[in-house]
Amino acid sequence: MREIFVIIEDFGDGAWELAAAARSLGEARTTALVCGAAEENQQALAKLFDRVVVFPASADGNWDAEYIAACVLPRLLSEQPYLVLLLHSNNGLDLAPLLAAKSNRPMLADCLSLEVREPGLAAVRTTFGGKVRARIFAKESSAGYLATLRPGAFTTSAPVEGAGILEGATAPADYQPRRRCLQTLTPDAGAVDITQAAILVAVGRGIEEQENLEIVQSLAEALGGELACTRPVVDKKWLEKSRQVGTSGLTVKPKIYLAVGVSGSFQHLGGVKGKPYMIAINQDPAAPIFATADVGIIGDLFELVPLLEEKIRAHKS
Amino acid sequence: MEIYVCIKRVADTSEVEIEVDRSGLALEEADFSWDINEWDNFAVEAAVQLKEQHGGTVTAITVGGEDDEEVLRRALAMGCDQALHCYDPAFEKADAWAIATILAAALKGRAIDLLLFGAVSADEGRGQVGGLVAGLLDLPLVSLATALTVDGAKAIVQHEVENGLERVREVDLPAVITVQTGINEPRYVSVRGIRKVAAMDIPVHGVAELGLAAENYASQTNRITLEELFLPPQGVGAQILEGSNEEMMNQLIQLLQENGGL
Ligand SMILES: Cc1cc2nc3c(=O)[nH]c(=O)nc-3n(C[C@H](O)[C@H](O)[C@H](O)COP(=O)(O)OP(=O)(O)OC[C@H]3O[C@@H](n4cnc5c(N)ncnc54)[C@H](O)[C@@H]3O)c2cc1C
Ligand SMILES: Nc1ncnc2c1ncn2[C@@H]1O[C@H](COP(=O)(O)O)[C@@H](O)[C@H]1O
Repeated sequence: MREIFVIIEDFGDGAWELAAAARSLGEARTTALVCGAAEENQQALAKLFDRVVVFPASADGNWDAEYIAACVLPRLLSEQPYLVLLLHSNNGLDLAPLLAAKSNRPMLADCLSLEVREPGLAAVRTTFGGKVRARIFAKESSAGYLATLRPGAFTTSAPVEGAGILEGATAPADYQPRRRCLQTLTPDAGAVDITQAAILVAVGRGIEEQENLEIVQSLAEALGGELACTRPVVDKKWLEKSRQVGTSGLTVKPKIYLAVGVSGSFQHLGGVKGKPYMIAINQDPAAPIFATADVGIIGDLFELVPLLEEKIRAHKS
Repeated sequence: MEIYVCIKRVADTSEVEIEVDRSGLALEEADFSWDINEWDNFAVEAAVQLKEQHGGTVTAITVGGEDDEEVLRRALAMGCDQALHCYDPAFEKADAWAIATILAAALKGRAIDLLLFGAVSADEGRGQVGGLVAGLLDLPLVSLATALTVDGAKAIVQHEVENGLERVREVDLPAVITVQTGINEPRYVSVRGIRKVAAMDIPVHGVAELGLAAENYASQTNRITLEELFLPPQGVGAQILEGSNEEMMNQLIQLLQENGGL
């Protein structure tokens, strides 16, 4: 039977999605590899996978790609599973290519779906900022394959409840870290807390200049909401980091999300939870945000935003 | 300090209409404008700043076709000292593994303190090549750097991890760092600046110079092939409003009202 190994990053959605992805490939024996897991988390994993191999936690207790690689590589090389799965998350990016290179496995990155097609493995992924899809095929590989999964893409097939075997494992005795964790930094709380806002107006690179922010600021005020933004706006220091929504910013759960000049990258939308009513204003009909939004307005934000503000103010008075 | 920075030229497709060409394997490129990958621009700036602080040299490398030399000139104009163009007809359609193999071959045997990459390329969006090179050269890797300083034989790197957190790590040099946007403010490159470096010699290395055996190269490295490019299905997702701006905004007011926004 096909052997699939997954590397566990978290015990919630991530573990579940890895299990769902493994099950999407037909019958397989699944093994979860994890560094550091409390008893209850081990039990939770045993319900999702046939076997759970538990290594000791890293020195600082956090995800440490170099340490995890040292733990799991000997297993990959000795047991030669058909496929190794990880999430295409920030932490996954720090580990997956390293493991691929060291276990000589072709890597399929950021997959939306996977399909076994002997002798090989096919996947669909996005390119060009989500505007294009690519079907790729990893050729026959005697070393097996490695794939990273787009977070949130594998949620459809519910994994069967099983009773996996737990197996304790040790870290390699000769492990010599070449990188050490000095500190974990939590984001600075800003003047506003966008995570609590019911209405958010999110502005993206389409705003073009810092001075232009005024029009979206003023729209947010008219709506009684807060201003949020995408990463490029923060990179340019036009707005503070505490307004950035996304996988490397904050997770928000508003009722209304109005995205203006935002393309809709998965890293940005990954921070929008709770299924808000989403409205997108973008001049590009092919912008990926229109696939997620409830309502789309194709047009120039510089014309639409002031007009909308005017109508809101008129409506409210 | 010897710093190498790997860069790529990409098409900016954020505001053009995209069409797949007749082969089904490439996009119609007529309307594209090309520039350095956004992440790589930050990586070049980081490399040049470190050199300005600690001395040494910065070398920019790209794997690409003839036109891609343009990004190397741009990197030279930003303050890189040398450039290397890995170009060979055999490199066409190189997958991430092939690119990493070529880069590793170009870097092997050189004295390296720091090897910088962008975190991801805007077109492929794989976030893979830097980590693969780290693995192939057996160097420590830190991904998604948002701050980077060098202190003797160590680098201090702040990088993005889970849940919006960042972690500060100390890493032994030589090391591979992938750079995240926003780490610095990349300097402006003027046409004059590019003109100044127009005469600089940029060596071109192909399979022979890199010591890659041509006949093995393709079978060894092009492990992933592109089968098809297609546009995401149309008509799923948003209800697209129609009419004049005036009409669309009136409808939107109505929808906001119905959905608790007003
Ligand atoms: C590891 C990692 C983590 C990341 N984390 C985050 C994150 O937390 N948050 C985040 O946002 N990004 C994040 N990113 C970046 C992300 O990949 C995208 O680059 C980013 O979200 C794009 O921002 P944008 O939509 O503002 O810009 P773009 O993608 O450039 O989109 C701008 C949009 O504006 C439209 N536009 C332009 N002019 C007008 C006009 N006049 N009227 C109307 N529309 C117009 C364009 O059509 C385009 O769709 C991350 C990336 C990586 C690799
Ligand atoms: N053809 C190339 N030549 C040089 N460097 C590259 C090339 N492709 C990718 N890279 C580097 O690898 C990073 C990640 O790219 P990718 O894995 O394609 O997302 C980029 O930001 C570049 O630093």
